[in-house]
Amino acid sequence: MAVTEIKTAPLKEVETEQLLTGCEAIAEAIRLADVDVMAAYPIRPYDGVMQAAAKLIANGKMDVEYIVADGEHSQFEIVKHASAVGSRVFVGSSGVGWFYAFEAIAVTAGLRLPVVAICGNRALDDPGAFGTEHNDSLAVRDLGWLLPWAETAQESMDLALMAWRIAEDKRVSLPIAIGLDGAFLTHSQQLVKVPVKAAVDEFLPPYDLGDRLLHPDNPITIAPQVDQDWLMEIRRQNDAAMRSALDVITEAHADFKRIFGRGGDSPFLDEYMTDDAEVVFFGQGTLALPMKVAIRRLRKQGHKVGLVRLKWFRPFPTAEIVKSLSRFKAVGVIDRDYSFGSPYYGGVLYNEVRSALYSHPKRPTVVGFIAGLGGREIEQPMANEIFEKTVAAGRGDLTVGDQCHWIGVRA
Amino acid sequence: MSQTVTAPTTTDITIEVVYRGIFQKTLAQRICRSVVLAARRRGSPGTAFARYGDSPERNGVPAKQFAVVAADDTQLEASMARYEPSVTDVTVAVDDTLVKGVESWAWYGRQPIWKTTKPDGFVIVTSDKTPDEIVAQTDTAVRPYTLAVVPGAASFAGLWVYKDDHTDWRVLGALAKVAPDWIRLEDVRALVQEQTKDPNAVASVQYGFDATVLRPVAVGEGTSGHEVLQFEKPGWTTMRPGIVVDARKPGERNPFYKKYGARTMRPVVNFDTCIKCTMCWLDCPDECFEVTPTGHYEVVYEACIGCGICAQVCPVKDCIVMVDELKFDPDLDANKTVWPQWQADRGTYNKWFEAKSGVSAAPKSAKAAASSGAAATGGED
Repeated sequence: MAVTEIKTAPLKEVETEQLLTGCEAIAEAIRLADVDVMAAYPIRPYDGVMQAAAKLIANGKMDVEYIVADGEHSQFEIVKHASAVGSRVFVGSSGVGWFYAFEAIAVTAGLRLPVVAICGNRALDDPGAFGTEHNDSLAVRDLGWLLPWAETAQESMDLALMAWRIAEDKRVSLPIAIGLDGAFLTHSQQLVKVPVKAAVDEFLPPYDLGDRLLHPDNPITIAPQVDQDWLMEIRRQNDAAMRSALDVITEAHADFKRIFGRGGDSPFLDEYMTDDAEVVFFGQGTLALPMKVAIRRLRKQGHKVGLVRLKWFRPFPTAEIVKSLSRFKAVGVIDRDYSFGSPYYGGVLYNEVRSALYSHPKRPTVVGFIAGLGGREIEQPMANEIFEKTVAAGRGDLTVGDQCHWIGVRA
Repeated sequence: MSQTVTAPTTTDITIEVVYRGIFQKTLAQRICRSVVLAARRRGSPGTAFARYGDSPERNGVPAKQFAVVAADDTQLEASMARYEPSVTDVTVAVDDTLVKGVESWAWYGRQPIWKTTKPDGFVIVTSDKTPDEIVAQTDTAVRPYTLAVVPGAASFAGLWVYKDDHTDWRVLGALAKVAPDWIRLEDVRALVQEQTKDPNAVASVQYGFDATVLRPVAVGEGTSGHEVLQFEKPGWTTMRPGIVVDARKPGERNPFYKKYGARTMRPVVNFDTCIKCTMCWLDCPDECFEVTPTGHYEVVYEACIGCGICAQVCPVKDCIVMVDELKFDPDLDANKTVWPQWQADRGTYNKWFEAKSGVSAAPKSAKAAASSGAAATGGED
């Protein structure tokens, strides 16, 4: 085989603005974070990252051990083990592929290994569908994974860079799965500021497992079998790690802002036109985009309406949410997911928000909306309906409040 | 594990059966189920269950099953709300070597056989030894109890190819003797008759009732020779994060789980006839053998489960002999290393070897050794 020697002159690195999909932005983050091992198995829409990363490797821009697994379960097991022996890792999947990895996903959190993943959010089969829906990510909400959601390609990259720092922090040492809405975010190209490596190095310390490193020079056993005498202590310890994550996220967010000048005021909530708002929409991911359009239109008509976008679903920023939402008369929670048979037949976010507000003396009326399932567009007439029902619920209209409404569904 | 001992109650009875994992599982299950079914004949409700943490059972590793019978459903419910009983009215050991201590494969440490037996309760042991011999091998009593010896050797009845030997029915007869308020002899006889249609089985119940020897054990009786293994369990703030446990370093043995509690037979070694062939050292599945300065191989008894493979692979006749664990003095023989004794005084050591093993320590004649060697290696051709 002929070998061509490629000579490259060192270039002075400068921050660039590039037109990238959410998936490509994640691949850039993998490069910048100096990831050691990534495991891949194709499923849409996550596989955009696979392709983008493979291209970076092929073009000589990235050096990462790129392992194509024989399925999602192996894919997640590979990075779990690589993480245990001291590698910074990346992995990801979507929809039922994510579910095929479920056992590995559970043990990764139980073992406190800082795996960083994306879940390219996709409706669960059947029926076969690839539009966005958050039930794939949300299925792991009780396991000990941190779950942020991105709105833009820029935020995807920024969250990824923060994810390694937060996950690998010894106070946390838990895995993170960033939610990227299929199509709207994974496959649409947006302008993204790609930072220089030196700035990322300043922000992101090297991965250090300390005395938990699985290595012949450090003989330890991990993942033993335990009985009823041990499990509660282990769960409680992991619980403490999840609680610490709130502080660690706050620190990382502040430091990220210092170095890169981005990130907004709060690490957990992104508020839009809420200062004088009487009612707000509440949701996560890309549905913020059509709702912001609606808010600007409604504001022109004189309505005091705003948006609170949740950036981290786990850990659930309860105090911040209560502080923010208790300022409003009514909150319309928009779920791009559904929980069959749940209280009031609502979405996951709806019931979490209601639960968070329950003991607050000034709790607003909370009304739930199921919208945009399977990647259906949230059109402006739908946004109007959400607004009108939220306002009615705020007025105490019991035919509207205390229940969830399906928006834009054919009867 | 709670250390509290509650006052004896007459509203229910709790019986535990301690047995050798897998080998005696069916036997223990039959005893516990029969207790409940016999008590049902007089109207009492009951439950039978195995300790969940013992499953999956390991060959020979001590395990427990329980039977609880109560005056009524309310009383039974109180008993069923527990993971496992911490106080029992009767403890049954279906292998007499279990009186040397019970170490389950969970991290409970080694416990005396009477650990859960309530004051003035009963410890039933199936054995061909005398009650005094059993008491001499049992941990020093801290509460008075009555030892009941059911005649018979340790039974594998119920394990695949092993034939039923009525150990279960004899034990039920013994239970009818020590707990007649709850387990009536006539109920047991009727149950066994109904289930087996075998008059010999019913006769075995009666034999167990009649032949069981009772021997009160006072506080202070027994041996203090057995090792105490107890562990502090860390809390969530003191535990290492990430479910990390220190691994054993090369050559180091596990101080928390010693395995010898699974042993019913102990290999003893005749160092005078050992040819240092390394077979025992190579084939031991638990890596029990360590090399001595003289090049002999010595058993580390703390790690030995008594599987007997070393004796099988040893090419020299009577060089490694398997001996009933209860033949060893709990104080003098414990789990100590024996090679230094042989090194210091071969004559005394060899007398000890002969007394335990029942075979001569003298080297066999050249002819005998040659033929024995030929027999041992012949199979490899």
